Amino acid sequence: MTILIPTPLRPYTGGKDAVEVAAANVAEALAALTQAHSDLRKHLFTPEGKVRAFVNLYLNDEDVRYLPAQQATAVTAADTLSIIPSIAGGLCNNGTALAGPSGATR
Amino acid sequence: MSTLNLTPTVYEAIRSHGEETYPHECCGVLLGRPGAGGWAVETAVRAGNTRTDSAHNRYHIDPRELVKIEREARGQGLGIAGFYHSHPDHPAQWSPTDFAEAHWIGCSYVITEVAQGKAAVTNSFLLAGATEEDKRFQQETILVA
Repeated sequence: MTILIPTPLRPYTGGKDAVEVAAANVAEALAALTQAHSDLRKHLFTPEGKVRAFVNLYLNDEDVRYLPAQQATAVTAADTLSIIPSIAGGLCNNGTALAGPSGATR
Repeated sequence: MSTLNLTPTVYEAIRSHGEETYPHECCGVLLGRPGAGGWAVETAVRAGNTRTDSAHNRYHIDPRELVKIEREARGQGLGIAGFYHSHPDHPAQWSPTDFAEAHWIGCSYVITEVAQGKAAVTNSFLLAGATEEDKRFQQETILVA
């Protein structure tokens, strides 16, 4: 199957934006990926071996967390697994933002 | 200081999005190509803010939408250079929430202050570092050309 690597993790795959692995399920695919590119491990997993909370895994168009078998879901060579870190933020409740100078240059 | 290169069209698109969603935060994805002088952003793709419960001070992009945007970008030979969002009636500086929820190391986080409905200062912050544990925001130069 194909694992799509997001921009921040490409330094750990030799610059590759996609990695092909042979695996029977999602967990095996991740194991194969981190075996081939061991520096990825700490970016994807907690020290306890769980996928970091901010790392989203999509098998084709489905969030792996919501698949019945989750990471035990079977995969085929034609499947694509996307690794997508979450995107969020904002001022939050106290409206705090640090003051400072700047602006764009034209 | 690193540089984020934006075309005038992208720069204006980011700012006008913030004006349109005021008093709520807008958000979107910056697509471009890496270069020796930093990312050259070619397109700003608008994304929906899923934080409809608190859209005036929070933003969140549905990862499913992000997967779709990234796949389409790959088809055009583009990559995710960073993201943008607005701060309605607050400075264009990162907040503790922005930092805590920033995980795309090596990417740019562009913030536009929208004051009383009008886009004011736009800043960009590179999420520098190598890991979650040592990440940090570094202000970068926005070059519009």
